[in-house]
Amino acid sequence: MGVAETDAQLVARCRTGDDDAWRELVDRFSRYVYAIAVQAFRLPEADAEDVFQEVFARAYQNLPKLRNDAAIRPWLAQLTRRLCLDTIRAGAREQPGELPEPTGVDDTIARLDEALYVHEALATLPDNCQEILDRFFARDESYRLIGDALDLPAGTIASRISRCLVKLRSELEGRNPVPAESGG
Amino acid sequence: MRNYDEETLAVLLRTLPAAPTAWVKAAQEIPLARRGLDDIVERARADRAFREALFRDAENTLGEAGFEHDPGLVDAVREHLSS
Repeated sequence: MGVAETDAQLVARCRTGDDDAWRELVDRFSRYVYAIAVQAFRLPEADAEDVFQEVFARAYQNLPKLRNDAAIRPWLAQLTRRLCLDTIRAGAREQPGELPEPTGVDDTIARLDEALYVHEALATLPDNCQEILDRFFARDESYRLIGDALDLPAGTIASRISRCLVKLRSELEGRNPVPAESGG
Repeated sequence: MRNYDEETLAVLLRTLPAAPTAWVKAAQEIPLARRGLDDIVERARADRAFREALFRDAENTLGEAGFEHDPGLVDAVREHLSS
């Protein structure tokens, strides 16, 4: 089981030019940025990819300007949101009359914030729990596929998932929820 | 405090599927791209002699091409050439 580096510590390492830290930062927030683009703004895949790359390019460029390192998550959310809106507006200019922004964006982003919070807790569990829960829930893999990949009997996967969920719940119950903060 | 029962956790874990691997890799390589990776890979594709020199000795070939010593960049070039 590992103690995950805080967002602020990770950002600080990125600022020193540490490539590994940057890779980790992208890894930590890639699902979040992706989900905002495709779930909150319902962008088609090609537009979502453009937004995704632009978010991280601008984040890399502007990381030194971030005033509060711990606020990297809301900062990325805001950046993603702005770029998604730009993309939708650009499309709307080509097709006048369409609504510029989908409804329910705030609610969706709030749900994604909570999901990211759970993923952060997941990252502190033993590797086998991280992998089994991620494969089953986030990648939608079958017991058989998980069993083959992890060299485990398929019949034991359900009970392992259940045990790992108990560990995850225990980890979450020991935490204080992180409030949303404003970014740079 | 939120009650994280199994069903709630399952829903929240399903909410954040992984982004496509290629997108993540491209974003992770942004620092390398800024340091010239894209140009090197493009030149290696177009220039056979340069490509073969990189295969033989990436570090010195990059040094001779004017790139500063950068182990991360050398590793990334090797990875791109072998993929």
